[in-house]
Amino acid sequence: MSEATKPQPQAKGEKTPISDTSYVGIDAILEQMRRKAMKQGFEFNVMVVGQSGLGKSTLMNTLFKSKVSRKSVQPNVEERIPKTVEIKSVSHDVEEKGVRMKLTVIDTPGFGDQINNENCWQPIMKFINDQYESYLQEEININRKKRIPDSRVHCCIYFIPPTGHCLRPLDVEFMRHLSKVVNIVPVIAKADTLTLEERDSFKKTIREELRANGIDVYPQKEFDEDAEDRMINDKIREMTPFAVVGSDQEYQVNGKRILGRKTKWGTIEVENIAHCEFAYLRDLLIRTHMQNIKDITCSIHYETYRVRRLNESNILFTSNPPDHPTVQPKANGQPEEQPATPQPNGVAAQHEALSHEM
Amino acid sequence: MVEGMGEGARAVPLSGHVGFDSMPDQLVNKSVNHGFCFNILCVGETGLGKSTLMDTLFNTKFEGEPTQHNQPGVTLKSNTYELQESNVRLKLTVVNTVGFGDQINKEDSYKSIVEFIDAQFEAYLQEELKIKRTLHSYHDTRIHACLYFIAPTGHSLKSLDLVTMKKLDSKVNIIPIIAKSDAISKSELAKFKIKITSELVSNGVQIYQFPTDDESVAEINSTMNSHLPFAVVGSTEEVKIGNKMVKARQYPWGTVQVENETHCDFVKLREMLIRVNMEDLREQTHTRHYELYRRCKLEEMGFKDTDPDSKPFSLQETYEAKRNEFMGELQKKEEEMRQMFVQRVKEKEAELKEAEKELHEKFDRLKKLHQDEKKKLEEKKKTLDDEVNTFKQKKTAAELLQNQAQQAGGSTTLKRDKERKNNPWLCTE
Repeated sequence: MSEATKPQPQAKGEKTPISDTSYVGIDAILEQMRRKAMKQGFEFNVMVVGQSGLGKSTLMNTLFKSKVSRKSVQPNVEERIPKTVEIKSVSHDVEEKGVRMKLTVIDTPGFGDQINNENCWQPIMKFINDQYESYLQEEININRKKRIPDSRVHCCIYFIPPTGHCLRPLDVEFMRHLSKVVNIVPVIAKADTLTLEERDSFKKTIREELRANGIDVYPQKEFDEDAEDRMINDKIREMTPFAVVGSDQEYQVNGKRILGRKTKWGTIEVENIAHCEFAYLRDLLIRTHMQNIKDITCSIHYETYRVRRLNESNILFTSNPPDHPTVQPKANGQPEEQPATPQPNGVAAQHEALSHEM
Repeated sequence: MVEGMGEGARAVPLSGHVGFDSMPDQLVNKSVNHGFCFNILCVGETGLGKSTLMDTLFNTKFEGEPTQHNQPGVTLKSNTYELQESNVRLKLTVVNTVGFGDQINKEDSYKSIVEFIDAQFEAYLQEELKIKRTLHSYHDTRIHACLYFIAPTGHSLKSLDLVTMKKLDSKVNIIPIIAKSDAISKSELAKFKIKITSELVSNGVQIYQFPTDDESVAEINSTMNSHLPFAVVGSTEEVKIGNKMVKARQYPWGTVQVENETHCDFVKLREMLIRVNMEDLREQTHTRHYELYRRCKLEEMGFKDTDPDSKPFSLQETYEAKRNEFMGELQKKEEEMRQMFVQRVKEKEAELKEAEKELHEKFDRLKKLHQDEKKKLEEKKKTLDDEVNTFKQKKTAAELLQNQAQQAGGSTTLKRDKERKNNPWLCTE
């Protein structure tokens, strides 16, 4: 019934117009989309995982240039290490140049801090899956909200301690399990303790180990959309993991006020790419790939979860083999006699479809 | 400013440039890479210039030849085109109603249109309900805008128009337009528009209102809302006016310029439909019309959102319950069919038995007949045998007598001749 045909004069606006009126205005939709996006605002949920003392909260504050970490929100900053992994999430409304964003930072105090850290990723995994679950439940409602609130974890920043040697078993285990359900961005924390050479060899080792264990961190190779994408992402993959330094203190350097860490031997400028790779991380996470991160969470991780979940419930509730409708004509050997009236058959067909598809 | 976002979130000031103000750009870039799609449905009687208007709106010649109007009912013909302007790629689908209003009995004219719209919703719903789905690469065929072409009678809406629009207003964004409006004079046009608007209102027809909640477009949209229905003229032919070539229709008494706002509302239509509200039309279709369809469809199938306690399993429970019900029904039907089958078998068996019995009886009868005949024949044979025997005996007796007589002398020859003559048996000697 419908076929895609190219109208005779195809590329409009490229030929010199004889009349003034060759402009239709289709590209105005970009502006319309922009307006809508500005009005609706955005949501971004980022999770930070790492042992205590690796500077997670500071890095979050540095990234978003405001006090967004859990510690800044809690009035009494009690530095006790919890006995199990806790999940603490704090939301903030931030606005920049008219663009509003609801930023949620999910902290995981207690991760990797116990003596026995077996299965400490499980509460985190459960949390992530719970967010998928609640989104799924909203999605399959009959009366749906106009905009389903998105609490799914878009990005998980994993902090690797700057040992300089290799990944620890805990790191490998965590990333192996979680890279399948969420976008992981590994970073080397407190990188100001590594020299440039140490940093480079550390990174290489980490990349090797990730590859050897089949861990796909963001940006995942298989989700590159086209050649241009692949080129950009390859460059990022060569720099993974980013060696970052965080700071929310400003110092005067060369007449400018910049964020940094002041030490006896010099000031480490956080946003100076010669000093550390914080700027790359910030650009990746916020300025260039934020939408892409959300898209991958939405269309791949969430869909994977959904498929698994729906298949599970199918198995749970299926008592008969799926081809039960064909039993009907087989039981009846008579050539005539299809007594199912159109109404039940219609419902049956759709229900069959639904049973296969839900 | 806070639009339902961030329940329990606190507003934090930023002490420097973070960079997420590029998010709208990132979003737009993604959409540009993906391409857009827009689907328009043109409803109107034959000859109101639907195809020409589409050509004029999108500045291109869509179809080669006018559609054949030889189908009995109302059919919908849809065509998809790929248009590009600067870096925006648009997949435009134009659906035309062929034969609308041509029938003698137009009671069911709207049905094929409603079915078509529902079919697009259904296709999307099916895709959305699939387990393995690819929503982001799905070609959305749902109708985003319905241009309803009103014939330029100058009086009022036809009842066909009212009925059709009433049936469509909850399914699609309706934008009514007065077609071929160069047939109406300016004063008549004003009256016509007022009449149409009041008829629509009094019949409760919900036409698409250009949105006025966004400040940047609120003013222009509300002005345009008051100009509905747009009186348009379409033309793909160009006429030289002054030193420019403009799209126009040339008459002996003057030229109607399509893009002249004092001549017709074409520019307004293009502005509203494409340049200002295309995205809103798409959004309304998805969040209002599609959701309504989905809700009705799922409720029809028996799914319900139960109370919050059992919410997590409501769909599964309902599904399970429905499934059991369905299985029960199936089993019952199977039973019924089996019963029927058994019964028919019995009947047939009885029939066959009956026939068999008859055949046996017939066979017996025939057999009996045969035996009777045989008996009769045997008896007859016996009688004949007896007679033959008697004859033989008589023959031997006669021969004996003859011999005796010959021995006794010839005097009795005459007697014997006489006897012979009288005795037919001897004559045969």
